[in-house]
Amino acid sequence: MSKLVISSIGPASSVQDGGRYGAQRYGLTPSGAMDRLALSAANCLVGNAPFTAAIEIGPFGAAFTAREGAVRVALAGASRNADVTGRAVASDTSMTLADGETLTLGFARGGSFSYLAIEGGIAGEPMFGSLAVNARAGLGSPYPRPLQAGDELQTAAASGAAERRIELPPLADAPIRVVMGPQDDEFGDAPKELFLDSEWKISATSDRMGYRLEGPVIKHLHGHNIVSDGTVNGSIQVPGNGAPIVLMPDRGTSGGYPKIATVITADLGRFAQTPAGKVFRFKAVSMAEAQGEARKFWEMLRTLPDRLRSIENFDLNIEALHDANVAGAAVSAVDARTWQIPSPADALAHD
Amino acid sequence: MPINLLKLQADLREANSTSPENTLELDGTKTCEAMAATLSLPRILPSGDSAITVEFSRNIDDAANQRVLALDRTLAAEQVSGVTETVPTYRSLLVHYDPMQVDFDTLGEKLTLLAQLPVPPTTKTRRWRIPVVYGGEHGIDLEDVAKTLKTTADDIVARHIGGDYRVAMIGFTPGWSYLSGLEDSLHMPRRQNPRLLTPAGTISIGGVQTGVQCLAGPSGWHLLGRTAVRTYQLHRDPTFLLEPGDRVTFSAVDAKTFAEQDRAAERGEIVAELIAS
Repeated sequence: MSKLVISSIGPASSVQDGGRYGAQRYGLTPSGAMDRLALSAANCLVGNAPFTAAIEIGPFGAAFTAREGAVRVALAGASRNADVTGRAVASDTSMTLADGETLTLGFARGGSFSYLAIEGGIAGEPMFGSLAVNARAGLGSPYPRPLQAGDELQTAAASGAAERRIELPPLADAPIRVVMGPQDDEFGDAPKELFLDSEWKISATSDRMGYRLEGPVIKHLHGHNIVSDGTVNGSIQVPGNGAPIVLMPDRGTSGGYPKIATVITADLGRFAQTPAGKVFRFKAVSMAEAQGEARKFWEMLRTLPDRLRSIENFDLNIEALHDANVAGAAVSAVDARTWQIPSPADALAHD
Repeated sequence: MPINLLKLQADLREANSTSPENTLELDGTKTCEAMAATLSLPRILPSGDSAITVEFSRNIDDAANQRVLALDRTLAAEQVSGVTETVPTYRSLLVHYDPMQVDFDTLGEKLTLLAQLPVPPTTKTRRWRIPVVYGGEHGIDLEDVAKTLKTTADDIVARHIGGDYRVAMIGFTPGWSYLSGLEDSLHMPRRQNPRLLTPAGTISIGGVQTGVQCLAGPSGWHLLGRTAVRTYQLHRDPTFLLEPGDRVTFSAVDAKTFAEQDRAAERGEIVAELIAS
């Protein structure tokens, strides 16, 4: 056994996996990764099953040190500056930390969450089949709380397998797609149009329970109290103040505010990665389109191993991307309305 | 020919609101006897691309809740392709499903049919008595509730203890049990500004409901007291104490008893009395 020691870490960082399903009828929140594609990609890189527990790293920097042996890890999700004892490493690649080596990560750019998967997974005691941290319910393993400096994760010794990178589809900068309902009839036509036609921002007070939205006030037809009913990841509740809240994996399993719409499965991770303050829009799609996209999404998760590439081609590939579109990507990725100003390297990582 | 459920429901709603005889036209065809149960046809509502809300009522309605729990039992007994998890609530059953296995229209039709089956009688009903310390620091809204309802705190407590409640649903956070059966005089709108943190074990009222909250967390309800009973406790058997459908009554205890019970509950004791099963 080796271990990965948390040398430093910011808030909103915890062990997460595919989540804890089957007891929502008792109010047990599913939890699990905010961006399941990024979790799966990181796991795929180190040969784990897609929803193996990994470290979900919030927007701030972090550092991890291998102890008592080498540890093989992979980083995916929001891009960051990353180095291993001074040597820069790329996102969406695997790497092996020799005993005593430290992987240092900078702030997330162009996203909120990154995933550090560890070859062989994280040793822990599953609760309801999951290691995912749900701090409010005191669940999660090895620590039932967000990670702190000094925490140690037991894991397998590195296998010595060849390092790999993964080619993911570019992140679309498109509207977040929703299916209207289940309580869109609690809203008149004008508020529904306002919801779909407006620019929104995610409030800085958002967390793993829900993303609060800043934008126009969405008024109810009959008041904001409905009889509580079940929620899903991506339910968009509108409480009394008219400011929608998109429910995320640490959501309550039921809620008493009308739900105007639901983010589609295929866009949940992209929505979760939207940085606070960045302007975005919603777009309503049909059930047929949403389910078609959901099937494509699960099919992509299933076939992630087909996207693995040997690391030797990486430099060449960067050159090709650089020649092709680095200038355009860098310009289009800068959003003057946010503090997110990605470097050309980030633009590359995304495109 | 597959039924277009959303259109069917829209037609039914329109028909129900305009036609007292409850006769209606569907795609140009006169409805027959089979549609006599139209008023009780649940609404099949999309909760995104991987869940369906089967809504029996918009209100807190005992008959609707019985049908929710009946459909839940039916789905537990029948292996319906694609269904992964169900979440009963007062008035609706949330059915999570895998869109790789079944699509919205197919599952919606199936659920509509299953919901028309006669409600099987409940096999057994468990009755619990839950001890509560009312008022003071344990129930910071008791005095305000009494003032709003123009009565005394003791009277509010007596009315709350006088109730015979049923677990209509469990949700929001682990073990948060929503009870139906709150007497009319205690019905109050929820707070305009929900509190971000309320204590573990809080007993509260909100709207026409009362509730047993297990973990500390946000709440917009009026806090009457606290219980030492943990409706959810990891590593205890059972992890979840109450099931939807269980009956519940409350008894008043003093702060000293509450403190003793709280220590016992901490050790894994159930504390709640099972008075019938």
